[in-house]
Amino acid sequence: MLSTAILIVSVLVCVSLALNLWRLLKGPSRPDRILALDTMYINSIALIILFGISSSTSLYFEAALLIAMLGFVSTAAMCKYILRGDLIE
Amino acid sequence: MEFWIELVVSVFLVAGGIFVLIGSIGLAKLPDFYTRLHGPTKATTLGMGCLLIASMILATYQQGYLSVHELLITLFLLITAPVTAHMLAKTAMHHELEILDRTSGKELSKRARERMNP
Amino acid sequence: MKTKPRFRLLPMPLHSLILFVVWLLLNNTVAPGHIVLGGFLALTIPLLTSGMQNTQPGFRKPLATLRYVLMVIGDIIVANFEVAMLVLGSSKKLSPAFIAVPLNIEHELPITILASTVSLTPGTVSAEISADKKWLYVHVLNLTDKDELIASIKQRYEQPLMEIFEC
Repeated sequence: MLSTAILIVSVLVCVSLALNLWRLLKGPSRPDRILALDTMYINSIALIILFGISSSTSLYFEAALLIAMLGFVSTAAMCKYILRGDLIE
Repeated sequence: MEFWIELVVSVFLVAGGIFVLIGSIGLAKLPDFYTRLHGPTKATTLGMGCLLIASMILATYQQGYLSVHELLITLFLLITAPVTAHMLAKTAMHHELEILDRTSGKELSKRARERMNP
Repeated sequence: MKTKPRFRLLPMPLHSLILFVVWLLLNNTVAPGHIVLGGFLALTIPLLTSGMQNTQPGFRKPLATLRYVLMVIGDIIVANFEVAMLVLGSSKKLSPAFIAVPLNIEHELPITILASTVSLTPGTVSAEISADKKWLYVHVLNLTDKDELIASIKQRYEQPLMEIFEC
């Protein structure tokens, strides 16, 4: 049952990644693209966690945590950049 | 593995997957940027929470001791999601993105852009 | 000339506790070695960084804080079902809105917590705060009653926060 659930959830997450990708390509504005990219970061964490569950190891936890942190920092930096046109004032 | 642990983990996993999907559907389908902002900030955060709780239960069962470090990711996402949303909303206002016509209180966004009182 | 502040072993007790707990969570262990290392980090990092601290009102009431956190978590779960319904339903029926919520709390930390809570709970995202920190601009996904929403934000989230921070 667990492997079936993991398969179903992987499909759901991949579909949401595809939807995010569509929004990333379509835009129409730059904040839209940043939001789509941020959501893609979070969904990729979900995929990594799922892979960790299916291979029953906690090695991927660090990768997920790092992606979460990098995702937040890069989103904040991109917002700041298109807000001010400059990162360090 | 015991049946009920598998059941609980599967239910959490599927619930998390569905919430993540709903967040992305909101992102893809809603009409303007400000409404699109609602999907990822809420649904995706709870979806990730469900997935991480499932991972926590399973790791605790498999390793035989309490494994709670997935809580860190949940907590981190809970703290950062509103900050991201706030920064994106600020950016969108600064760029005067198109607001849906039937939005009430549209003129407030102009006041907010200048950080003035309404 | 500036007088040197008195030396304190724990300049930021709450930060020390958080650092210690996060260290143990990161390593996912309660082994004695990690407790010693975590304790060392929890003591030295606040000593090195306390100069950068700007004073904020502290959490005065632990019980009220705990109750607030639990209430917010409950609201987040409810919020998600509401938002899920709105997202999956017809987007023609949505009536989004900008509203301005007057704030009574003053300091930066309580306002940040209030804005984050508003962003995480039913159909609202905090968008901007006025320069004098008296108004919070909020975008609502589906507005039914403006005054009721403002009253519920003030009564449900702002009241407990004012109680917790005593401001």
